[in-house]
Amino acid sequence: MDKKLYTIIIYTENIAGMLNQVTAEFTRRMMNIDTITASSSSVEGVHRYTISLWGEEDSVQKVTKRIEKKVDVLKADYYTDNEIFFQEVALYKLSTPVVLGNDEVSRIIRHNTARVIEVNSTYTVVEMTGSTEDILNLYDKFVSHNCMLQFVKSGRVAVPRSAQDVLGDYLFNEDYKRKSIKEKNK
Amino acid sequence: MAKVRISGSEALLRSLINEGVDTIFGYPGGSIMPVFDALYDHRDDFRGVLVRHEQGAVHAAQGYARSSGRVGVSIVTSGPGATNTLTGISDAMLDSTPVVVIAGQVSTGVLGTDAFQEIDFVGITQPITKWSYQIRRPEDIAWAVARAFYIASTGRPGPVVLDFNKDAQVALFDYEPESVDNVRSYIPYPTPSLEAVEEAARLVNESERPFLLVGQGVELGEAHEELKAFIEKADIPAARTLMGLSALPTDHPLCVGMLGMHGNYGPNVNTNECDLLIAVGMRFSDRVTGKLSTYAKQARIIHIDIDHAEINKNVTVDVPIVGDCKEVLPMLTALVNKASHKEWIDSFARYNAIEHEKVTVKALNPGEGPLLMGEVARKVSEATGNSAILVTDVGQNQMMSARYFKYTKPHSILTSGGLGTMGYGLPAAIGAKIAMSDRTVCLFTGDGGMQMNIQELGTIMEQGTAVKIILLNNNYLGNVRQWQELFFNHRYSWTPMLNPDYGLIAQGYGIPSRLVIERSELDDAIREMLETSGPFLLHVAVKEEANVMPMTPPGASVNEMIFE
Repeated sequence: MDKKLYTIIIYTENIAGMLNQVTAEFTRRMMNIDTITASSSSVEGVHRYTISLWGEEDSVQKVTKRIEKKVDVLKADYYTDNEIFFQEVALYKLSTPVVLGNDEVSRIIRHNTARVIEVNSTYTVVEMTGSTEDILNLYDKFVSHNCMLQFVKSGRVAVPRSAQDVLGDYLFNEDYKRKSIKEKNK
Repeated sequence: MAKVRISGSEALLRSLINEGVDTIFGYPGGSIMPVFDALYDHRDDFRGVLVRHEQGAVHAAQGYARSSGRVGVSIVTSGPGATNTLTGISDAMLDSTPVVVIAGQVSTGVLGTDAFQEIDFVGITQPITKWSYQIRRPEDIAWAVARAFYIASTGRPGPVVLDFNKDAQVALFDYEPESVDNVRSYIPYPTPSLEAVEEAARLVNESERPFLLVGQGVELGEAHEELKAFIEKADIPAARTLMGLSALPTDHPLCVGMLGMHGNYGPNVNTNECDLLIAVGMRFSDRVTGKLSTYAKQARIIHIDIDHAEINKNVTVDVPIVGDCKEVLPMLTALVNKASHKEWIDSFARYNAIEHEKVTVKALNPGEGPLLMGEVARKVSEATGNSAILVTDVGQNQMMSARYFKYTKPHSILTSGGLGTMGYGLPAAIGAKIAMSDRTVCLFTGDGGMQMNIQELGTIMEQGTAVKIILLNNNYLGNVRQWQELFFNHRYSWTPMLNPDYGLIAQGYGIPSRLVIERSELDDAIREMLETSGPFLLHVAVKEEANVMPMTPPGASVNEMIFE
């Protein structure tokens, strides 16, 4: 079977130890997480994890189900790249003397729609948002001009292309079911 | 209800009473002392069972839970007390047993400092529990206990851990009881898809050779009658997994035996002959499927399970129905036609007759030579009117007693199916007898497993628990020896075992015992064991190099069982 890049989007209750529970399912299968982004979601008290990894669909599907099965996980779904919009953020710390001495570097920054967010006499910090490929291309260019001091990039954030609101639908359905059970029990 | 100012420890016990807990299996220690101190004032509310090792506390809680359907409870201390429970917790996870393990923990102020007997218990237990939670504030106790019992006992049951910080145990606060009847991120009873049920019914109605696999889910879901109604209407032969043996009585006309590596020949062969396989509350364990790539390839497969993550995990199925079998089976029964599959059902008997001739006759009536495990198991079963609870340890004693016991009542087999935990049997039998005092509890164990938790004889002595222990002693770690004989060229590496005098050991604990070597003494010894009112050790010297047969060799297909 072919390995593909998959993105798993997970919604959990915002409680201590959740990240450990989620990542343990990958550890158990010796699946290596490529990137991971964790933050609050649009719903208060609900955390959102975006995990990307290379794998076969069968194993990605199984691990996603096992994650969703965890008591404090609300929803977990996996996507291929053509089913989502996704971005990463990168910061490049460049040597200011090299940047000032080489016009080509500032041209590269403009052409790649990167943004300068700090300049001082020692270093310049450039920020870029884009795909992994764009971010690494820019990195290579800076390296080739000998101006790179430090580099960091984030994991991906992603939203599905589908108009469906996975979390909203889940919460609505659960709420609805609970109400109907209560009414039934009356 | 009015608030009252009490300690966290007292709040824990009141919360347990709210959940209907009447028995606690435990072992005290430093970080849980305030709870045990509070228990001193609740001697009339709980039966306190002091085990001799924390592993025994969890297995006993498992035995209590599996035999009664209620949640088993263990209370232990932090550090080694907590880590000693890990095997039992893992066992409960793999076998879907509802237990709540409450462990002491060092005070919140010293967490993460490698304090005395501090261990990251939540971190360790997250992968082996349904839920693991640290109670740091007394205000969380009522909620956490209610949530723990709700999660452990609903849906697919399983173990829950509460890690209870010492400062929360001693703090005084205004206690208010709580109950939990839903967790928004947790769907214990998924609504079965009507379309899937209709599709499944269509497949059943079209099928000429349907075959149903009964798993422990039927026992956990208390769907015994619903199962019978379904198979009787559609005339479907059914075989049980090891974990589901008492979900359908052995002598039911549609019961065709046991599945699995050491199961019966008919159901194993016909798995690869049927045109429709209906799996109910079972998880296609590798012990049942044998070689997956040749497993039931000719059949359409319906899988009914409460756990969504089980669907397509090991076997890809045609119609998954995610739901409680107690709800799904009647839906199916309503939609299927009354049918007759006599010829197909008879084919199981034809295969089972081959097994009977090649294996069973010799196992039950060897005539001469040393005693065999199978004949002992069948005789004990019959002497109890086939109504006892069978508790097994792990290994040959497990397979032979499971095979030759007969089951007439639900919740009558307790065995470590998933984890295969040697040492499970003795403490599990104690828990079962304590939960079900009116039933006879027969433990079949081996000389290996007996010694893995032999200290629990002390618990039997203290509690006067009337467990009937049948020790099948072959002076070997028998199952491993069997594999060494069959697959490792008879190289008996580390499997012969020098045994102690078990009669003397039993005597030390005040437990009557009898050693049986001759076949002629067996009946009388069983009678003596069952007539003795308290615990009894029946020590049977069985043939040293006997094998459990038939067997699907590792890596072979279900229809490739060997008989010798």
